[in-house]
Amino acid sequence: MFELSFTARTVLAGATLLGIVGGALGSFALLRRQSLLGDALAHAALPGVCLGYFLTGSKSPLPLFLGALAAGIVGSLTILAIVRYTRLKEDTAIGIVLSVFFGVGIVLLTHIQKLPSGNQSGLDKFLFGQAATLMPRDVNAMAVLGGVVLVLVLLFFKELRVLAFDPDFGASLGFPMRRLEVFLTTLLVTVVVVGLQTVGVVLIVATLITPAAAARQWTERLGVMVLLSAAIGGFSGAAGAVISAGWARLPTGPVIVLVASAILLVSLLFAPQRGLLWAWLRERAVARRIRRENLLKDLYRWGEQAGDRWQEPVSPPLVMGFRGQTRNQLAGVARRLDRQGLVHWDDAGIRLTGEGLERARSIVRKHRLWELYLTRRLDLREDHVHRDAEAMEHALSDANADRLDALLGYPEADPHGRVIPRPATTSPRVA
Amino acid sequence: MSSVSEPQVAAESSPAEVVPAIEVHDLTVAYWTQPVLWDVDLTLPEGKLIAIVGPNGAGKSTLLRSILGLVQPITGWVEIFGKPYEKRRSWVGYVPQRESVDWDFPTSALDVVTMGLYGSLGWLRRPGKKERATALSCLDKVGIAHLAGRQISQLSGGQQQRVFLARALAQDARLYLMDEPFAGVDATTERAILALLQELRATGRTVVAVHHDLQTVAEYFDHVVLLNMRLVADGPIATTFTDENLQRTYGGRLTVLSQAAESLLRAESGAPKLDV
Repeated sequence: MFELSFTARTVLAGATLLGIVGGALGSFALLRRQSLLGDALAHAALPGVCLGYFLTGSKSPLPLFLGALAAGIVGSLTILAIVRYTRLKEDTAIGIVLSVFFGVGIVLLTHIQKLPSGNQSGLDKFLFGQAATLMPRDVNAMAVLGGVVLVLVLLFFKELRVLAFDPDFGASLGFPMRRLEVFLTTLLVTVVVVGLQTVGVVLIVATLITPAAAARQWTERLGVMVLLSAAIGGFSGAAGAVISAGWARLPTGPVIVLVASAILLVSLLFAPQRGLLWAWLRERAVARRIRRENLLKDLYRWGEQAGDRWQEPVSPPLVMGFRGQTRNQLAGVARRLDRQGLVHWDDAGIRLTGEGLERARSIVRKHRLWELYLTRRLDLREDHVHRDAEAMEHALSDANADRLDALLGYPEADPHGRVIPRPATTSPRVA
Repeated sequence: MSSVSEPQVAAESSPAEVVPAIEVHDLTVAYWTQPVLWDVDLTLPEGKLIAIVGPNGAGKSTLLRSILGLVQPITGWVEIFGKPYEKRRSWVGYVPQRESVDWDFPTSALDVVTMGLYGSLGWLRRPGKKERATALSCLDKVGIAHLAGRQISQLSGGQQQRVFLARALAQDARLYLMDEPFAGVDATTERAILALLQELRATGRTVVAVHHDLQTVAEYFDHVVLLNMRLVADGPIATTFTDENLQRTYGGRLTVLSQAAESLLRAESGAPKLDV
């Protein structure tokens, strides 16, 4: 159904290639916390493009490309040198190089466009990228350079891993970490320069960082992350190219970035383990469990005060008063406990079932054991231990509660003189 | 006549022929104009557990890093078993401070331990089955083989420290340099680490560890280096780890000296270009 024109197919190939290589390499930049380095390198390449044009007077890609590469490398070495020889920190060095080089680049670009021949030069496409100007020979060059970069990443994967994780340890093993750093930076410069025509100086950093950040959400393995990041980058590039081909007035580079950003957003929200949604759900589950356990405990204590009549029904308004809950809050908690068979809720009120009583005993036991532990072992005053125990009763595992019980010598009462209950399921007392 | 032969026998094992594990000569290190180590001379024997002790900012970590060649000194040199570090790299294992890396890095405990074998693998060769088996056995030695596949941020502080120790074990070194191996670990891990150090000593290895807990120095170590920018004292625990030496290390009497050293350095180098 979609017939892509020859130009569109060229753009598709170029954008996909760029996405794959940028994604793979971007993982290392991201893990070294050098996300902004790529941005600085891209901006630093601009004066190189202009100088390439000045020196040769031609707009054929090779001199412009070499100019960009040279300027990018000078920019990156400047950053490394500033960090090494001055007391400025890396973020400052990146900011300085980015702005100085970009400033020079804009001055040169403006100058060129005022020249009689200059307004035809088309150099401004390097600012925001203009993928439609990609020629098959450009894509071929991208394929060769990108391929070289990928092969180098593969060959030096082990060394790049130690550079990203623990450079001091790598140095102690005898790997020349500074040279590896320059090596990685040179690869970054290459990718940035390769992508300038497609995505442009201003947005190219997104092809490095965004796929890597998205990939990080889904995996805990470096190799998988690099592969996934390359896949996300490649997909974003392809999707961006196709979308911008379908809607004539959409620029390719920004659309690529938007596709990658959408994938990142989904990853940030929905990735298992690291996703915000799951973190929120986990937190909510814990909060709900604590509310349920508190209700069981409150019913137990009420029954205790009424002379150990733990399974008497208690009227809902009374239970609401225990913790200042609204009727709806209480109903939510109690209904869930009812479904779990831990309380029974009918017209007479809410009461603990047999199983619920067991659970309540276990919670109260943890609370009182912990209070006793704090007063006996840590010499805290009795009136200072309740809040701490409120938290521990939900956190302490049954096994640790048993150990605590044994450690304290299976005490009868807590510091306030209240009986420490023991569920029937608790491991038998060992003398 | 028999008395003649005796000195000859003694001469064969005289101290002159015993190569020390580490020899530090005239070592001065500065970060910019701030001297960190000042003219340190130190000879550390082989086969001992050696603690480096001193107050915060005394240059303990810097001494370790200088021995490893991670810090370029202004003056002085270091030798490991009689040769510069570059020649002895494969004899040395390193355990950095736990906080020195990002534990949220996407990697498993086993991957980290495998890094200990990168040195012997050299360039380009990738760790394979054999390396992973070695790494796993090292994790086993520190008691956490069951956590091999675990992402490293999912480990407790003590387990992370064990991973670092296992990585150093994988290096199979004669000399281990450890930066605060006992810092921030639980009691069980502390005992496990101590047992490990003793086992290393039993097999003839030397361990030099920065240590922060004065209470346990005498119990855990054989030999101590008391450092406060300058070397205060070094030697066997019994003769060196004395109240007087501790007073000299922690008592702040070196203030005058550090100030003098600092002004001297400033005068020597107006625009210092130090490799730090």
